Amino acid sequence: MVKQNMNPLQTVQELEFALVELNLYLDTHPNDQNALAAFNDFASRYATARATYEAQYGPLANFGNSGPTASWTWIDEPWPWEI
Amino acid sequence: MWLYEKKLQYPVRVSNPDSKMAKYIYTQFGGPNGELGAAVRYLSQRYTMPTGRGKGVLTDIGTEELAHWEMIATMVYKLTKGASITDIKQAGLGSHYAIWDSGIFPGDSNGVPFTTAYINVMGDPIADLHEDMAAEQKARATYENLIRLTDDVDLMDGLKFLREREVVHFQRFGETLDYIQGYMDSKKAF
Repeated sequence: MVKQNMNPLQTVQELEFALVELNLYLDTHPNDQNALAAFNDFASRYATARATYEAQYGPLANFGNSGPTASWTWIDEPWPWEI
Repeated sequence: MWLYEKKLQYPVRVSNPDSKMAKYIYTQFGGPNGELGAAVRYLSQRYTMPTGRGKGVLTDIGTEELAHWEMIATMVYKLTKGASITDIKQAGLGSHYAIWDSGIFPGDSNGVPFTTAYINVMGDPIADLHEDMAAEQKARATYENLIRLTDDVDLMDGLKFLREREVVHFQRFGETLDYIQGYMDSKKAF
């Protein structure tokens, strides 16, 4: 379960992990309604967590997938392997 | 189309620089059972899968493997960061340094360059999915070897995560194989 006091990156990573797992599970169990409901629940929480992270640290995704931006912070360090 | 996410899938931490361990971990960057081979294998095989389920599983697992490839590079980067020439020589990475400096080159633990000869793309979905299941078990065994080669609990945490993903992928490929086998049998029935 995702706790409130975690850092924003960890929250994003935890929610994404749940979504990766549910996505792979749904690939082979596409009619499991419980898994689908859980996927949808995590997906909406994921969108919120990403917005929180991006407000503090900048865009997570390239090519416009993190929405409009006031200044070009995509190239700012640190990159993931430097954290 | 692929999107890049400016974050790791799972945190990579190391307690101390360890060039010798970096040399061992290289095999998962560009070796026979490594993450690059896994990604290229699955993303190449998906085009000839007969069902959406097969195409989806290979697309999703192939994409996750690229995230694992980045985690492995991060382990090597952090383990070798700031290493002195003496450290590099003692770790057996002197020949790597001579050719590639501190570049993170896709090769195995012995510096042998990555080759697509490590993978296969048969076009036959049954043969391909069997290869994928074997590949996941070989990667799982490799992670167990790497875990035994270190006593760094922070590094081990990342390696254990990657080991567990191999187990999950094996499970999903097995389910996909069962499904596609049934699909192909039903086509033969008429």
